[in-house]
Amino acid sequence: MSETPKPDELFSNIDYRPPSSGWMDTPVDIKKGIYSYAGNPKSLEYVGLPFARQWNPIDEDWSLPENWKEIISKGFRERLDRFRSIKVFMDICVRCGACADKCHFFIGSGDPKNMPVLRAELLRSVYRNDFTTAGKIIGSIGKNFKKIIGARELDLQVLKEWWYYLFQCTECRRCSVFCPYGIDTAEITIMGRELLNLIGLNIDWIITPVANCYRTGNHLGIQPHAYKDMMDFFSDDIEEITGVKVEPSFNRKGAEILFVTPSGDVFADPGTYTCVGYMMLFHYLQEKYGFDITWSTYASEGGNFGFFTSHEMMKRLNAKMYAEAKRLGVKWIIGGECGHMWRVIHQYMDTMNGPADFLEEPVSPITGTKFENAKSTKMVHIAEFTADLIKHNKLELDTSRNDHLKVTYHDSCNTSRGMGLLEEPRYVIKNVCNNYYEMPVNTIREQTFCCGSGSGLNAGENMELRMQGGLPRANAVKYVHEKHGVNMLSCICAIDRAALSASVEYWVPEVEVTGVHEMVGNALILPGEHKRTTDLRSEPLPGMEDDDAE
Amino acid sequence: MRLNTLLEQKKTAIVKKWFAATIATYPSDTAKFLKSQKDPFANPVGRTTYQGLAALFDELLKETDHEVIRSFLDPIIRIRAVQNFSPSQATSFIFFLKNVIRDNIKKEDFQAQLFNELLSFESKIDELGLIAFNLYMNCREKIYELKANEMKNRTFRAFERAGLVRETPADKPDLDNINICKEASNDL
Ligand code: SF4
Ligand code: SF4
Repeated sequence: MSETPKPDELFSNIDYRPPSSGWMDTPVDIKKGIYSYAGNPKSLEYVGLPFARQWNPIDEDWSLPENWKEIISKGFRERLDRFRSIKVFMDICVRCGACADKCHFFIGSGDPKNMPVLRAELLRSVYRNDFTTAGKIIGSIGKNFKKIIGARELDLQVLKEWWYYLFQCTECRRCSVFCPYGIDTAEITIMGRELLNLIGLNIDWIITPVANCYRTGNHLGIQPHAYKDMMDFFSDDIEEITGVKVEPSFNRKGAEILFVTPSGDVFADPGTYTCVGYMMLFHYLQEKYGFDITWSTYASEGGNFGFFTSHEMMKRLNAKMYAEAKRLGVKWIIGGECGHMWRVIHQYMDTMNGPADFLEEPVSPITGTKFENAKSTKMVHIAEFTADLIKHNKLELDTSRNDHLKVTYHDSCNTSRGMGLLEEPRYVIKNVCNNYYEMPVNTIREQTFCCGSGSGLNAGENMELRMQGGLPRANAVKYVHEKHGVNMLSCICAIDRAALSASVEYWVPEVEVTGVHEMVGNALILPGEHKRTTDLRSEPLPGMEDDDAE
Repeated sequence: MRLNTLLEQKKTAIVKKWFAATIATYPSDTAKFLKSQKDPFANPVGRTTYQGLAALFDELLKETDHEVIRSFLDPIIRIRAVQNFSPSQATSFIFFLKNVIRDNIKKEDFQAQLFNELLSFESKIDELGLIAFNLYMNCREKIYELKANEMKNRTFRAFERAGLVRETPADKPDLDNINICKEASNDL
C-alpha cells in the first residue's frame, strides 16, 4: 500500500500535531474564545484600583507601568510574609501529579498548562528564582541552569502567561481535595490575581460588577426602584399562578431578619423563579407563624466579585451587607442560594469584618433551632433554614406539583468544598419532589465538578473556555439524563444557574436548570391558594390543566 | 465482502490505532491521560472519543445510516469544536482512519477485488468527513449564538417579562442597549 500517498502527506500543510516542547519553552498563545476582555478603566478608577487604562490582551504592548516588575516583586514579597499558606504552598509541592488531571479545565481543554500543578508552577517558578537561596545561587551561575531547579525570571511573556492562565481557573478547589499536602491552587490563583491587579491587569466581567456593586449595591448596577419593580412583577406572577397576593417588605427598620440574595435571583432567568420561591416561602411563614423578614434594595447583592479581585475588595463589598443589617437593626441574616457569597461568609467574613457582635445568634423563630454554625457570622443559609422547617413539619407541601421534573443536584464548589453544605439541599429537594437521581459519585459532593464559569469567568466572549470547563459537569448530567431521563439540574448558586444554563444548552439541551427554592415554591401550599394549573414558570402542570383549556 | 471480513477481524487493533492517532492531536502529556484514565466521568474527552470511534467503525462496516453516524460523531465533534483546534484540526481525525486501515492491510493480501472495496470504503470515510464538517459548523454556530445571547437570554428576558424594558425594533439593531453591564459601566 505504500505507493498510495497517505492522507497525512496530502495534508502536510495542515499542522494537527501539537508542539512537543516542555511547558516553560511553549510560549503563551492568547486565544479568542478563551480569554476575557480587559477591565474597563472607568470601573477600575471607580474603586480606586491602580493603573486604569485601555489595554487589549491580544496586543503585543499591554501599556504596563514602567516599573511593573518591581511592583510585582514587592507585592509577591509582601504576600509571602502576610499569608503563611502561600509561602508553604510555594515550598512544599513535590510535583507528584495527583492534582494534575483533577481540574475541569484540564480535563475539558486538554491544555497541560491547565493542570493545577502547572498553574501553580507559573508563580512558583518565579518564586524559586526571586525568593529562594537555591534560585539566587544557581541563577548567578547562568540562566540555563535555572531550568534545572524549575526557576525562571519574570518577563513579559511570563506575565502574559500568568494573566491568561490565572483567568482560566475558577478557584474551585477541586484539585486541593486530591493533593496529599493539601495545597490549594485556588489560593495561589487568588494571590496571583491580586498581584496582577497591582498593575491594572484584570478582566471586565469581574471589575465592572465590582464597581457596580460598590456604587449601586449589585453587580448589574440596578437601582433600588428597578429592584422593587421587578419584585412587584413577581408578586403579580404569584397572584396569577396561585391567587394569593404576596407583599414583601423592603428596607424595613426593626424587622427581625434581613434577607440577602445574589442579584441574579432578582434579575436573571432562571434565577428569577428561585426568587419567586423565596417570596412564597416567606409569605407562607408570615401568614402561618408571623415570620418577620425584610429585603433590602441596598444590600441587593449577595455575590462578591471582590473575592476575585483582592482581599481588600472582598472585605469592602462584604461589609455592606453587615452595614445594612446594622442600619435596619435586624437580629440576624438569612442568605439566599449563592455560591461565593457563602465561601466569603464562611471562610473570610469573621476575621475580615467580624465578629458581627451587634447581631444576635440566629435562632429559627418557627422551630427554635439554634444555628450553632452561624454563631459568629450571624448569617444562615436558606437551604439550612428550609431543611430545618421541613424536618419540623412546618411546611405543607404538594410534591406532585414537581412530578413533571426528574431532578439531579449539582453541588456548587463554594457551598460544598467551601463550606460543607452537602445534605441540607438534598434533604429539601427530596422532600419537595418525588423523582431525584444523583450523578456519579466522583462528580458530586466534595468531588463536585465546577460549573466551568465560576470566579468571574461567566462572560460571553470566553464561551469556548466556559464550555471546556463545563464539560465534566455536563458529561455527568448527560449520563443521568440518558440513564434516568433527568430533565432538571438543580443547584443553590446564582452563577451556576446562569452558567449551567449555557453549558447544558450546548452539551445536553434536553435538560434545564433550576434553583432549589423554585421547586419549594412549586410544592408549597399557600394558605388560601386556588388550584394551580401551571408551575412557577407558567408552564402547564401535566394533569392539572384548566378544565376549559382542553 | 472480503474487505469487511478482514476489517472485522482486525477491528480491535484498528480502533485502538485510530484512537491513538486521534488523541495524538493533543499535547503528549494530555494524550497520556486521555489514554490511561478509563473512568468516563474523570476523563470525558478520552472516553467519549474512544467510544465514538469504536461505534463509528462498527457502523462503517454495516450499511451506514447517516442518522446513526451523526449520533456517534456528534459527541466527539462537539468536544473538539470548543477546544484549541482549527476547523481542519478538529475534524482531521476522521481521515486518520484511512492510514490506519492501509497500514493494517498486508501487501500480499492486496488484490484488485480488495482494492475496489477499499476505494468504496474510503468513500464512506470521506462522507464521514462531510458529515463532520456539518456537525462542526452546527457546534460553532451554537457557540456564537450563546455568545451573542448570553446577556440577553438571562437578564434582558427577565426585565422584558416584567415589562421594564422592551426589545429594540428589529429594523434598528442596537446591541449596546442590551448589554446592561456595559451600559451601567459607561455612565460610571
Ligand atoms: S497534588 Fe499537591 S504535591 Fe502533588 S503536584 Fe499537585 S500540588 Fe503538588
Ligand atoms: S482550583 Fe479548580 S480551576 Fe483552579 S486549578 Fe484547581 S481544579 Fe482547576
